[in-house]
Amino acid sequence: MKRFLGFIEKEFYHIFRDKRSLFILFGMPIAQILLFGFAITNEINNVEIAILDHSKDATTGEIINKISASKYFSINQFIEQEADIEAAFKKGKIKAVLNFENDFSKNLVKEKQATIQVITDATDPNTANTISNYINSILQNYQLDQNKDIKIVYQIVPQTRMIYNPELKSVFMFVPGVMTIILMLVSAMMTSISITREKELGTMEILLVSPLKPFQVIIGKVVPYIFLSMINAVVIILLSIFIFKMPVQGSLFLLGLESVLFIITSLTLGILISTISATQQTAMMISLMGLMLPVILLSGFIFPISSMPAPLQIISHFIPAKWFIIILKGIMLKGVGISLLWKETLILLAMTLFFIGLSIKKYKIRLE
Amino acid sequence: MSITLQHISKSYKKVEALKDISFEVKENELFGLIGPDGAGKTTLFRILTTLLFADEGTANVAGFDVVKDYKAIRQNVGYMPGKFSLYQDLTVEENLKFFATIFGTTIDENYELIKDIYVQIEPFKNRRAGKLSGGMKQKLALSCALIHKPKVLFLDEPTTGVDPVSRKEFWEMLKRLQQKGITILVSTPYMDEAALCDRIALIQDGKILKIDTPEAIVKHYPKTIYNIGANNMYQLILSLNAYEHSYSVYPFGEFVHYTDQRTNFELNDLKKYLEAENLTGVSIQSTKPTIEDTFMELAK
Repeated sequence: MKRFLGFIEKEFYHIFRDKRSLFILFGMPIAQILLFGFAITNEINNVEIAILDHSKDATTGEIINKISASKYFSINQFIEQEADIEAAFKKGKIKAVLNFENDFSKNLVKEKQATIQVITDATDPNTANTISNYINSILQNYQLDQNKDIKIVYQIVPQTRMIYNPELKSVFMFVPGVMTIILMLVSAMMTSISITREKELGTMEILLVSPLKPFQVIIGKVVPYIFLSMINAVVIILLSIFIFKMPVQGSLFLLGLESVLFIITSLTLGILISTISATQQTAMMISLMGLMLPVILLSGFIFPISSMPAPLQIISHFIPAKWFIIILKGIMLKGVGISLLWKETLILLAMTLFFIGLSIKKYKIRLE
Repeated sequence: MSITLQHISKSYKKVEALKDISFEVKENELFGLIGPDGAGKTTLFRILTTLLFADEGTANVAGFDVVKDYKAIRQNVGYMPGKFSLYQDLTVEENLKFFATIFGTTIDENYELIKDIYVQIEPFKNRRAGKLSGGMKQKLALSCALIHKPKVLFLDEPTTGVDPVSRKEFWEMLKRLQQKGITILVSTPYMDEAALCDRIALIQDGKILKIDTPEAIVKHYPKTIYNIGANNMYQLILSLNAYEHSYSVYPFGEFVHYTDQRTNFELNDLKKYLEAENLTGVSIQSTKPTIEDTFMELAK
């Protein structure tokens, strides 16, 4: 036991003396969570638009007022003729142009119909879609207001309610994903690098020719990172609660336990990577390419799994991150307990045991 | 016997690193493995320290089989790899303490054994190992390899890249360790260090050329060696190689070690020949063979 503690002490020296790994450990999580939380968002706010109003009458004025009053849009400029539309887009500031036809009010009264052309900049398709949806719904609202007194024979009114994230804040979607990425990356990459570093520097040779048992070396490598990743998890959760007002509906205790489980899963993955790579660089490449990409693309963090092609959906089952994200969202947003998450937990547990078994089998007690 | 090797062979994918190696190292012996780079010395060390499997043959270290009893061997040997293999980001003292701990001992417990060596680096005990000079690194590595009082010590090219003064000190330390009852197997590419061992094995291309005491190895050198000097070294070597009776020509410091095919000949004939080759300041003297001469002869 004393040997083991001596080994762990040495590991902490390594971590705290290497500025780079310290930065990766603690700088990256904070930077990432803030980046994802603030910069990357699906919501639109204060999108600048331009207006081309051919009729300039009371109705168009009302509509324009309504749009500019919403927090989603602000009017950047008024254009006088069709020819200027493209030039306005090309300057890059505006994302949409509203083009009101001639005699808008008159047409509305006489023909019962008037048209507004909504032109959006679709270089960013998601934003373009969102913008046109928002404008549509503002126009519909206006129409409903106008028709209040008129009797309609029948009407279907859909009443939508968004639950678990009523304000549709995208940060609620990102936090679980970012937390997963960070825990996975820090745990797996850092352990695999620290084990391969011993190989590269030749110290592994001496450790092998010592009474330290292989499992002591490996567990000694892993224990410090369990602690550090736990600290990371706490930091991320605190940041998301206090800065992004992310709710934790379920039990914090369960959240902690599940995080530990996922950290251990990632660490075992890191050990596995270190057994198959000879240098720190390979270990890093495998961690980045082999872990980060699948976590981002196939875990349901950004792209919904249900809309993936069937083969990818099958692959996604083998990605531990997918299950952890389900667990995180369940606990934080829906407030569900272990009674509903036991299946995902069990899958993570099974994966962990599998990775541990595989790494013990692959760990070399000799140089070959 | 402290170390026994029987018919050890080892191949990597294409290279045959060791070919049928057998020898024994006695209890408390300082045994040298002498050979150029790529001779197979490191492979041999790794087999004996249980880091590699031999393809064929068996080996025993301190009475334990290197394959079956590898755990027991790992308790009982000290190993200093050729490459500096300590933690560069740990201080001198932390390194030593770490190795003491993983071998289940403390610095105090075996301080007596490493005292001579460690006092020299103790003033720098708070310095990171990566910032030490080559000689100090070796001393630290040796201290770390000794801290658990091993029965057998394996030193793979401990003096490569170390200055001459530190090299000399290092060998003096090995002698003292030997007096404390430790069997030492040391490898080196430096022939001058070979003379300091009790017995040496000359190894090249994975084969043992000869095993004996340094004195005996030199004594059995079959020919008379002449130390030849001249003002133009390059021309001297060319001319000697071109000489019809020449047997071997090796540059040796500022002289050339030369042997002749004939057992008896007039030195003056050779001198005249060299002077006819436009060489000036020619001196010829017979000299004692060195281990290097023997090695060259055996490797020929």
